[in-house]
Amino acid sequence: MNSLEGVVVQIQGLSSSAGDISRLHVILKQAEESLRSESTRLSPILNQLDPSNHSLGYLYILEACTSAPVSKEQAATLVPYIARFISYCAPEQIRLAPEKFIAVCKRFKDQVMLLGTPMRGVAPLQAAVRKLQNSSEHLTTLHPEFLLLCLLAKCYKTGLSILEEDIFEVDQPRDLFLYCYYGGMICIGQKRFRKALELLHNVVTAPMSSINAIAVEAYKKYILVSLIHNGQFSTSLPKYTSSAAQRNLKNYCQSYIELANSYSTGKIAELEQYVQTNGEKFESDNNLGLVKQVVSSMYKRNIQRLTQTYLTLSLQDIANTVQLNSPKEAEMHVLQMIQDGEIFATINQKDGMVRFLEDPEQYKSCEMIERIDSSIQRIMSLSRKLTTMEEQMSCDPQYLAKAGRERQRFDFDDFDTVPQKFNI
Amino acid sequence: MEPEGSPSRPMIDEIHSNGGINLCDGDGDGDVDDEPSIDASTTTTTNNRRIISSGEQLDVEAYGGLYQGRTKIMRLLFIAESCEGNPAMRLEALRMAHDEIKKGENTQLYREVVQKIDGKLGSNYDMDSTWCDSVDRRADQKKEKLENELNAYRTNLIKESIRMGYNDFGDFYYAHGALGDAFKSYVRTRDYCTTSKHIIHMCLSAILVSIEMGQFTHVTSYVSKAEQSPEALDPITAAKLRCAAGLAHLEAKKYKLAARKFLETGSELGSHYNEVIAPQDVATYGGLCALASFDRAELKSKVIDNVNFRNFLELVPEVRELINDFYSSHYASCLDYLGNLKANLLLDIHLHDHVETLYDQIRNKALIQYTHPFVSVDLQMMANAFKTSVAGLEKELEALITDDQIQARIDSHNKILYARHADQRNATFQRVLQTGNEFDRDVRSMLLRANLIKHEYNLRAARKH
Repeated sequence: MNSLEGVVVQIQGLSSSAGDISRLHVILKQAEESLRSESTRLSPILNQLDPSNHSLGYLYILEACTSAPVSKEQAATLVPYIARFISYCAPEQIRLAPEKFIAVCKRFKDQVMLLGTPMRGVAPLQAAVRKLQNSSEHLTTLHPEFLLLCLLAKCYKTGLSILEEDIFEVDQPRDLFLYCYYGGMICIGQKRFRKALELLHNVVTAPMSSINAIAVEAYKKYILVSLIHNGQFSTSLPKYTSSAAQRNLKNYCQSYIELANSYSTGKIAELEQYVQTNGEKFESDNNLGLVKQVVSSMYKRNIQRLTQTYLTLSLQDIANTVQLNSPKEAEMHVLQMIQDGEIFATINQKDGMVRFLEDPEQYKSCEMIERIDSSIQRIMSLSRKLTTMEEQMSCDPQYLAKAGRERQRFDFDDFDTVPQKFNI
Repeated sequence: MEPEGSPSRPMIDEIHSNGGINLCDGDGDGDVDDEPSIDASTTTTTNNRRIISSGEQLDVEAYGGLYQGRTKIMRLLFIAESCEGNPAMRLEALRMAHDEIKKGENTQLYREVVQKIDGKLGSNYDMDSTWCDSVDRRADQKKEKLENELNAYRTNLIKESIRMGYNDFGDFYYAHGALGDAFKSYVRTRDYCTTSKHIIHMCLSAILVSIEMGQFTHVTSYVSKAEQSPEALDPITAAKLRCAAGLAHLEAKKYKLAARKFLETGSELGSHYNEVIAPQDVATYGGLCALASFDRAELKSKVIDNVNFRNFLELVPEVRELINDFYSSHYASCLDYLGNLKANLLLDIHLHDHVETLYDQIRNKALIQYTHPFVSVDLQMMANAFKTSVAGLEKELEALITDDQIQARIDSHNKILYARHADQRNATFQRVLQTGNEFDRDVRSMLLRANLIKHEYNLRAARKH
């Protein structure tokens, strides 16, 4: 009890300046064990502390509180505390103990799921992610947790806002896999297939020494999204894919690859047949909805091909060519595609004719110029990033040591040995 | 004036009797009328020496008269096989083949032919085993004799004699149908060839046997070998080599190259290469391949304005007419001629499996050429010009458009074809934006992967220390 009081006093006292906080950190680390043993009695103490000023101390106590498994009622009381803490805590303080913060947030997520209300966790976790990140290019362990909650709560748009940022720094490869996989699913939910394809591609081609389940599931979705978005799929992975992936991925996704082959023949009846027969398999992977989208995308693609050849075409002919059952169905399909902006056409119901128009985009408007301009800016900044990275790399001692050993020797002086280590 | 002049006969049937063609010139006058005839229903086949001509049956006798040697037999046998539905023609071909074989020494072929004739031609054409046996005996004796001679020459090491010995062996095997051995013997003379004439002789023999065997890769290599000879080739040999090269390309389905070779064949060829090809064939193969694969400029310069090739085309006036029609956009009559020629071309030993492809290519070219100069085309008129239905035409055009051979779009409601030229500016913008996006995406994922690899490397390094 006394040590506990003492700790509280310390926290309250030493939370003002940076030097104090580092001392506090040391004290807290030492007190960790004792805190944990008193975990059941810590909740009232939290009321004495202010989350925004005493963030570090609050964090340690919270972490000790939640270290034991909690029941549903306890969870109900703890959740608001943690949520409040996350929204008020000071980023600099919690970045001193990131693992603790991550642990707390993870348990928070578990509790929220235990209570069956993932929606409650979305906003706090979003705030948590922002506070933990060093920069917007940094991927933390909390990113995938946040995306998971978004998926469960079906708040896709909030998830998208995080996904818009580019990631360049990664703490743990496993985080990246999960992040990209969940992110892909969110993008699929929002029908942003291009971005989904990009994210899933990152998972599949990421360096990995051995195949993992996330990559397998991601590959399955990758095949389906590739069919929907591009209308084709090639089983050859790019050169930079890890050899483990190149060898093994296909073995786990055989039925999907056959689906892609059936798609490429262009015969809708065959495709539907295949989907029928393998329905349970797709269902068990939770991909049946996506597979159905693949089938409907085939109709779309066939209709799009018609726009390249015909100026006007009767609905009956469209129905025949695309193998639909009646002109009415063809009309519905075409109407849907016009509304989605996938083709440009007008339907003349009197004649039963569809007139295909050219893309009205003339690339002359202000928005287009702005778009091109922003693209240029983006790419220039990306190039600059590449250049800085290259400069950094060429000054890296490990790289120099390796390259130096294997460099070409044209001159007498080149035969000097390169120093293995720089003692600077 | 025709001895049997019936005024309604189409004029194309006469063959321009050029000197040097191994034909019985039935009429003696060499006029060819320019008036094209679409009327395919013509009359007699008796003493007119039309060979491949409009819609009628092939005159087997005249056809056979164009060739000599083994190719005559093979061609006649092929005709017999291919015209199953026409027993009269079949028997005629078999009869001629039988007569020709009897003149030679190939008992194997003889047995085959007699089997096929099956007694239908009377007792003269039954199996004559005495003839077979005597030929075989003579063959054995000759073979022994040749072997002895060759061994003698070999011990004497006289190059010229050894070469002649092997040549004789080659000829002997060829006459008896052992083509593989013939080829080997001819090739063996190579080591004993001293002058370029010898080499050319060897090459020509090898080419002949290779064509009979159907191994056209050898043909190409020996043609190039012969053409590399340091001395200038005399025109007939040069023409022969070109024909052989053309045949090789035709078999390899390289129609453009085949056409070029045939078009370069000098008219001195005449009937000197009857053991392989007749000048009519040169004209037909060359003309059809050119039509299927050349563009308009090349067609004009190399075929229509080609004085040399004109001599060949005179022999098959229909091919000449059809090329001219194509060039002057009379597609209906051009396609008509093609249709008429088809039945007989299918009986040709070298061309039969290329007929469909060539015809498709020519038809597609005609369609493309028709639509090329126009901004809009009425499909009804076009269907009339090509003598087909609008629906069928629409399907064909759709295939060509999807293949990107015609840049146009079809207005299916009004049945009009509108030319459509891609807007370069828009296309450029689209490509630019797309490239930008791809670059963006690729660089970002590259940086990410680099980061991951660095992380992994650091992890491993940390573990090592």
